[in-house]
Amino acid sequence: MKFTLSWLKAHLDTTASVDEITDALTDLGLEVEGVENPSEKLKAFTLGYVKHAEKHPDADKLKVCKVDTDEGELQIICGAPNAREGITVVVAKPGVYVPGIDTTIGIGKIRGIDSYGMMASEHELGLSDEHDGIIELSSGNVGMHFIDWLAKNDPAKVDTMIEIAITPNRPDALGVRGIARDLAARGLGKMKPRDVEHVEATFKSDISVSIDTDTLDGAPVFMGRMIRDVKNGPSPAWLQDLLRAIGLRPISFLVDVTNFFTYDQNRPLHVFDADKVAGNLRVHRAVGGETLTALDDKTYTLQAGQMIISDDNGVQSIAGIMGGLATGCTADTTNVFVESAYWDPVQIAYAGRALKINSDARYRFERGVDPSFTPDGLEHAVRMIVDNVGGEASQVISAGKVPNVARAYKLNAKRVISLVGMDIPESTQRQTLTALGFRLEGDMAHVPSWRPDVQGEADLVEEVARIASLTKLVGVPLPRIAGVPKPILTPLQSRQQMAKRTAAALGYNECVTYSFIDADAATLFGGGSDATMLQNPISSDMSHMRPGLLPGLLRAAARNQARGINDMALFEVGHAFQGGEPNEQNVQVAGILIGRTGPKDVHGTSRGVDVYDAKADAEAVLAAIGAPAKVQILRSSDTWWHPGRHGKICLGPKKVMGVFGELHPKVLREMDIKGPAVGFVLYPEDIPLPKNKVIARPALTATDLQAVERDFAFEVDANVEALTLVNAAAGADKTLITDVRVFDEFIGGSLGEGKKSLAITVRLQPTQTTLKDKDIEAVGAKIVEKVTNATGGVLRG
Amino acid sequence: MDDLKSKYLDLIANSGDESSLENLRVQALGKKGEISLQMRELGKMTPEERQTAGPALNALKDEINSALIAKKSALSDAALDERLRGEWLDVTLPARDRPMGTIHPITQVTEEVTAIFADMGFSVAEGPQIESDWYNFDALNIPGHHPARAEMDTFYTHRAAGDDRPPHVLRTHTSPVQIRSLEANGAPIRIICPGRVYRADYDQTHTPMFHQVEGLAIDKDISMANLKWVLEEFVKAFFEVDDVELRFRASHFPFTEPSAEVDIRCSWEGGTLKVGEGDDWLEILGSGMVHPKVLQAAGVDPSVYQGFAFGVGIDRIAMLKYGIPDLRAFFDSDLRWLRHYGFRSLDVPTLHGGLSK
Repeated sequence: MKFTLSWLKAHLDTTASVDEITDALTDLGLEVEGVENPSEKLKAFTLGYVKHAEKHPDADKLKVCKVDTDEGELQIICGAPNAREGITVVVAKPGVYVPGIDTTIGIGKIRGIDSYGMMASEHELGLSDEHDGIIELSSGNVGMHFIDWLAKNDPAKVDTMIEIAITPNRPDALGVRGIARDLAARGLGKMKPRDVEHVEATFKSDISVSIDTDTLDGAPVFMGRMIRDVKNGPSPAWLQDLLRAIGLRPISFLVDVTNFFTYDQNRPLHVFDADKVAGNLRVHRAVGGETLTALDDKTYTLQAGQMIISDDNGVQSIAGIMGGLATGCTADTTNVFVESAYWDPVQIAYAGRALKINSDARYRFERGVDPSFTPDGLEHAVRMIVDNVGGEASQVISAGKVPNVARAYKLNAKRVISLVGMDIPESTQRQTLTALGFRLEGDMAHVPSWRPDVQGEADLVEEVARIASLTKLVGVPLPRIAGVPKPILTPLQSRQQMAKRTAAALGYNECVTYSFIDADAATLFGGGSDATMLQNPISSDMSHMRPGLLPGLLRAAARNQARGINDMALFEVGHAFQGGEPNEQNVQVAGILIGRTGPKDVHGTSRGVDVYDAKADAEAVLAAIGAPAKVQILRSSDTWWHPGRHGKICLGPKKVMGVFGELHPKVLREMDIKGPAVGFVLYPEDIPLPKNKVIARPALTATDLQAVERDFAFEVDANVEALTLVNAAAGADKTLITDVRVFDEFIGGSLGEGKKSLAITVRLQPTQTTLKDKDIEAVGAKIVEKVTNATGGVLRG
Repeated sequence: MDDLKSKYLDLIANSGDESSLENLRVQALGKKGEISLQMRELGKMTPEERQTAGPALNALKDEINSALIAKKSALSDAALDERLRGEWLDVTLPARDRPMGTIHPITQVTEEVTAIFADMGFSVAEGPQIESDWYNFDALNIPGHHPARAEMDTFYTHRAAGDDRPPHVLRTHTSPVQIRSLEANGAPIRIICPGRVYRADYDQTHTPMFHQVEGLAIDKDISMANLKWVLEEFVKAFFEVDDVELRFRASHFPFTEPSAEVDIRCSWEGGTLKVGEGDDWLEILGSGMVHPKVLQAAGVDPSVYQGFAFGVGIDRIAMLKYGIPDLRAFFDSDLRWLRHYGFRSLDVPTLHGGLSK
């Protein structure tokens, strides 16, 4: 919302400076977004009087002038045709910056004669394009500041423009008068009355207006007057200046009047060229499919139910949003029908959104104009038209009636103080509301018709608080909860934090990737269903909610590889989406390792990453977040893993805590990754919490008896899994055996096709007596038996 | 005896290796060694002679022994030195690679914010990112026609043909978590709700996804003055300054009343932000007293309970605190960016150890 200082002063009698006004506006909730003050750049110019002028001895078009200024008489050489004795001029003394020609004046010699300044044209001051001569003023004393002269004689030229942001609750501040009212309530001046003298009707218009019954809820009142024999044309300079100052283009007086009241009092109006209206006007709902070419030259197709104004020829205006081109006013209009109506904000909002029209009228009607001002707005407009372009007015034509929006809420002064935390006396609270137009009856505050936003007691609190100034609010400590603060993270929150810190400690860089990805990547990872699709994605790269974290990490990896970084470890902790309902999300911890374990090095330790790297990291993260150590490793997980090189870390066939593995080569190809690439995905929500949290540790049993390690090698079928063998061996004597480790795997070779050898170390820890050879042999035999039973393998000699 | 002593000490001193040293030991102290033989003579002496010769011989024996041991250790040291001289390594060669990961600024700053508010008694609440329009809008006093709905650039989810429910939305703010938390736990309550939020906008300062932390404190007597204090304490702790001035400006949010935008005093001198000094104001958050209709929607009686809510952009305060220029880079996963702006794994922000290191 833009307005000028002089426009504000037409409503507000104030001596406040621009700074005081803008500070107050921002503080009141009408945030100032910009101030343009043309007098800033004209500050240095003063008035002078040409005492004497004579032709330059060496130049026909130049004159040597003696000019009286505030710094005494100056000699100025001037080339303007109108430079002559006896005129009052605007002087730029040496050192002054001249904005219109982007030059700083110096002392110079022109054709051999010294010149101590310049007499300025309007063009040189940036006031207009006029550069045929220097400015001649009809009044003013030598030494007077030019801006002071302008303020008195041509204020529009030095009018400060202020732009403010309007929050959706303040339609009243979309009119300059509403802004003035806020400032007056703050104490920055007094409201000026804005009375209007009724224009007597001299004839009876034959245009009538009707509102269909089914439309009355959206169009409760529609009023208008016909004015005939007007002389439309360009608006007077003051109105053109005003509109230009706020960025509007003057069109013709009749149209400019509607724009003026839109901004002056938040009263959108419409003017029909009465000669182009066929028959009567009817406000009704569209059946759907009607078209109208509107004032913006675009053709709109209306949807059923949208409110329109029609004449005998059809649709002529989209109610409250935009008029039609065919019946609009032009410079030749002589008979005009002025419309002032009130439209329901909700219906205008929906229609405007559906039609995608952003007009000043829609913007205002959907936020709410003052319904009670509908007849007065018409009065103002008709008066202004008749006074400026003549003509005579008909009677007021009207349909429906002004809706009654009267309501009142209780002002609870104590509650205001309790909510705001500021000691605002009740009398001040009442004064504030009164100044804003509320009418107080006892403790009931009657809401002014221009404040549709005030819908309850809480709104009264806001009004009192904002006029009192929240800047003055002094902080008061929020009572602390007694004692040492308790931990506040939930187990799942702690787990996520631990998972992140552990992954980073393992060398992974944490990423935060978008929650939405492209359909291709989503589909590769089991997503891409319509349920997870966005209706209005910002681009096709971000069309679906991610089914998991791997696709986003792999896309990130591909971007890094495109930048020349081939080896990386990336992880992310965040939500994935299984469906489109609010509860269909889960937390995942995902990591990927790509390329080599590190750069090639003198120690020869760098190698390509493999599935056991991913497994080690998955296990480390699981251990850090408190997952049980005893797990099953199952196969047949999702299709994006290498079918033979991945495992599910499970607590049972259906209790999957995570998956690790090599990514499927096809997936890597699709996603443009130069492999090898391995990764893991963990599900922290699916890891059981300890049933009872026991803080104390069980006692440590550390015996002094010597532990013994024995190695065994078994020949088994190649598809026997090591974990089966290890579990079998460990089960041979659960008290004595504390650890079983695989330390060698040998496939094929002398063993022949389909066979392999697995070697294990078994650690025996006696607790009662030292182990004797025969004890060890007995356990060894049991281990062999168990392993043979479980795997069909045989001990290698 | 002195001759003997000097003879052997000389011989020991001049011996060049362990075997000649062993020979000397046998020669002097062996069963038939010179000193051993003399010791044997002691038996033949008179008690008087023995009294002087005995200790002298023992002393000589000890001295020779010590000299032998000392020489032996000197020789082995020399041998070790000689060996080590050949074991020179170029220690300027790089060590074995030990990868260092990083924590993303979003995680770090979220933990910083959590640490500060935990100390003031706030716990952390979370909620779904795909939300019903009721939780995201209606319950927050934003009815269907409200201009704020259009202004928020909401993402909607797809609805299958025949499914006539209004589409769900990607939550445009973390405020729906307020409603869900109040519904589940009632009042009094103190929570912060950090998380991802979504708006359909993309330029240097807007990304379609960003992070917010919402704060909510409801009790019987919480005022806007309490809100100001909490935010002052938060800003001081977060930006790690002793003092900072906050400016509350009246504003409007459908879910709070009164509402205020909050600016902090700052300076941009030399292009870097200094919080708490200078003449500029930086808008950092929106806040207000929770609207009675919002409390009602969440099942809390507004005639008994009142309180405040505020919302801060996590990405935004991360950018301000750590001087990160471009929001879009947060979500690009450029390794150079992750390593430059990321945090070490063990830099866990705490109030006792400090937020930033």
